[in-house]
Amino acid sequence: MTVIPLGVPRRLLEFTIDGEPVRAPEGSTILDACRAAGKDVPTLCQGDTLTPKNACRVCVVEVEGSRTLVPACSRKAEPGMEVRTDTERARHSRKIVLELLASSVDLSTTPQVAEWIKEYEAKPDRFGPDAARLNEEPKIDNDLYVRDYDKCILCYKCVDACGDQWQNTFAISVAGRGFDARIAVEHDAPLTDSACVYCGNCIEVCPTGALSFKSEFDMRAAGTWDESAQTETTTVCAYCGVGCNLTLHVQDNEIVKVTSPHDNPVTHGNLCIKGRFGYQHVQNLD
Amino acid sequence: MDLHFGDSKPTDDERAAVDALLGPPESSWEGADRSDADLRWARGGREARDRRDLLLPGLHAINDRVGWISEGALDYLCRRLTVPPAEAYGVATFYSMFSVRPRPATVLHVCTDLACAAAGAAELCAGVESRLGPGSGVSVERSPCLGLCERAPAALVVRAGVPSSSARPALEDEAVQADSGGWGAAAPKVGNGKGRRGRLDPSAAPPRASRATAVVAPAAPDATVLAATAPETAPAEAPAAMAVPQAGQDNLVLLRRIGVVDPLSLDDYRAHGGYTALRRAFALGPAGVIREVTDSGLVGRGGAAFPTGRKWQATASQPDHPHYLVCNADESEPGTFKDRVVMEGDPYALVEAMTIAGYATGAHKGYLYLRGEYPRALDRLTHAIEQARARGLLGDDVLGQGYAFDIEIRRGAGAYICGEETALFNSIEGYRGEPRSKPPFPVEKGLFGKPTAENNVETLVNVLPILTMGAQAYAAIGTGRSTGPKLFCVSGSVDRPGIYELPFGATLGELLELAGVRERLRAVLLGGAAGGFVRPDELDIPLTFEGTREAGTTLGSGVVMAFDDTVPLPRLLLRIAEFFRDESCGQCVPCRVGTVRQEEALHRIAERTGAAAADDIALLREVGRAMRDASICGLGQTAWNAVESAIDRLGAYE
Repeated sequence: MTVIPLGVPRRLLEFTIDGEPVRAPEGSTILDACRAAGKDVPTLCQGDTLTPKNACRVCVVEVEGSRTLVPACSRKAEPGMEVRTDTERARHSRKIVLELLASSVDLSTTPQVAEWIKEYEAKPDRFGPDAARLNEEPKIDNDLYVRDYDKCILCYKCVDACGDQWQNTFAISVAGRGFDARIAVEHDAPLTDSACVYCGNCIEVCPTGALSFKSEFDMRAAGTWDESAQTETTTVCAYCGVGCNLTLHVQDNEIVKVTSPHDNPVTHGNLCIKGRFGYQHVQNLD
Repeated sequence: MDLHFGDSKPTDDERAAVDALLGPPESSWEGADRSDADLRWARGGREARDRRDLLLPGLHAINDRVGWISEGALDYLCRRLTVPPAEAYGVATFYSMFSVRPRPATVLHVCTDLACAAAGAAELCAGVESRLGPGSGVSVERSPCLGLCERAPAALVVRAGVPSSSARPALEDEAVQADSGGWGAAAPKVGNGKGRRGRLDPSAAPPRASRATAVVAPAAPDATVLAATAPETAPAEAPAAMAVPQAGQDNLVLLRRIGVVDPLSLDDYRAHGGYTALRRAFALGPAGVIREVTDSGLVGRGGAAFPTGRKWQATASQPDHPHYLVCNADESEPGTFKDRVVMEGDPYALVEAMTIAGYATGAHKGYLYLRGEYPRALDRLTHAIEQARARGLLGDDVLGQGYAFDIEIRRGAGAYICGEETALFNSIEGYRGEPRSKPPFPVEKGLFGKPTAENNVETLVNVLPILTMGAQAYAAIGTGRSTGPKLFCVSGSVDRPGIYELPFGATLGELLELAGVRERLRAVLLGGAAGGFVRPDELDIPLTFEGTREAGTTLGSGVVMAFDDTVPLPRLLLRIAEFFRDESCGQCVPCRVGTVRQEEALHRIAERTGAAAADDIALLREVGRAMRDASICGLGQTAWNAVESAIDRLGAYE
């Protein structure tokens, strides 16, 4: 008989969100509790498979007694806490964060951000035509994926996924400081000269499309990328015995990219180069 | 971890610099030639990675020797420490004193920050650059505040080279030379470090010049150029006591030894009351020390004003071990130079105070994180720690009391953000100096994830009078809620700039009177770039934490910078905005992009007033509010303070 470890039972903490009493298991974040309570709190740098870095600050909420706003994604719920998610103060910061990002970064492929910009009435144009932007050219130095850092919001998720949270390859890091900080390999070298093993787990967590399959990048450039015409089929990787789940994104009967379900208890959305990029044999008709 | 290294090889010099710090490599896993044994035995794991905290010292070693950090050097250092090169590159590019591109061995940092800008830094830069011309072998870099505001404008020369084993001029200058006649007289010593170099590689190219630093302040273009081309023969710096106009007066508590004792002499320090506080600490026991410090009402002097006793109590009571003590000497707030003067003028006081703090909080190791731009403080403290160790005042058995404590100095490398306590931990640990999110607080999970008490230099030296005079007598100084003496860094438009010690409760006007404030005062900046401006008609503000708070401003780190009406206010505000843009670590969006937008808006309205500026001021307010509310750390949260106060209190742009 298999014994399933249940762990120590988690206490339920009672606190309030927007005046309504909620209960959340000990250890949950404010964001977990907000989502359980059906509150919409925007997030960008938070990832379901990663420890929150709370760098983007778009998820800030008001907590009674706190001098500043707190990031919902990383602040743990405490008993008796009074959280307010939709105050003018929290909305103001979210609006400014969206404006600051949208005025400096290309958010055209960031899901949901257009809705939030509308909802929070953000006006990124008001910083004027001379507002500094990242102004990065896409880095195309290999056949598998493209790094378009003009779309990078510096959420650190790719660094965390490449580093000790998942892959332990440590091929990339944040280099530089402040507005000039960029994700880079050592000495800004091309990926092919780096420690990168092309697992693509950074692409899996990228929230803005700054990292994308070369196939997706090329199709977008050609104007043929059409998500509404794509199907997603989750299957099992055929390469080795681990049995990772693959989700094949298919458009016009061609695999255009591969992702992996984040809720898979073994892989949590991570794959290796073969599962992620080695799908050409499926459609090799010769 | 499967590290990938490129093909770049270190030069002999770079290898020697790293090996001088870490010792020779033990196997090919660490960068030595491959032997048979290496084929059978892999070195790695936790043990190999545990030296990550030597990354920053390693980067310093390379930069000190060569002047920049090449691919080969970085790769070699990474191999030695089992650090991924990408991460090390991220760390090296974080600090402004490092370069990953070739540059001349000599770097001249010219301060262009507030006090120096008002004292003609722009002319100094222009003068120096025109005299040096292209191909001079000196790289001129505009620097944020160098902490020499009492002698503005200031410049710092750093020439890379082999370490000079001979005593440096800075260690030879003043003993007790409060009069100005003494400085500039110290005999220069030209050490070429031949002995060490010869041992490492006898066949190599001609010996490099030795590493040398020189501080030029107040800096005239000619003297600065001379110092930049030959730092080892530059006139010695003015003694620290020159920065203390009150030096030698009877009523001083914190500054009483500066200019009186020889900062190099432990005997002199002891003859002037040194180490009586530590003896009393041992008599009281750790809990007794914490009780005294709590009763004294001492609060942190770095700017946040957190009760020191509570911090120590919280650290001491943590079950997790080891505990660490960290002294934050990364004094970088523009206008602040008090910690430098204390460290240069009375270094043993800090060593003793750190020992007491370590004893009280149950730490056996103290880290002194010292600003990279303070070469003389580094010399003084290195010397003081060695002396204390040699005399049994540090080490396995301090004063024969069975308490082990030692201090290690870690140099910063040019990053204001590393003065933030958790960024400082990351910096020591060999990561980018980015603040961590709190909670957990340092008393619970600090340096290396262990309970840590972190205190500012001035806070720590206050512990000495608390123990020697007793908490009650100490608490009687100052006001009810701000107890004790306070150091103020007065600079700008005053006749006698420097560090002043006054009991809490003196008014701003009294302090400025003491410093000889000049005519036509336009504004006073309190608390540095993260502080706020006040008007000349607000000089009755009491200089206490509660008094400044009630007046809607801040005491911060004790900066009091006076500006007369010749200084264009928009230009000052722009410099403050530039400072924050340069020093933002880039981690969170409100600060990373907000500081850029703030600077852009101030640029736009630099020449505008009234309605023409109104739109941008409204924009500044909105961005400033979000920076204050949503930034991770104090840098972003305060980056708009000074600009806001200038608009609201001084009526800038009206």
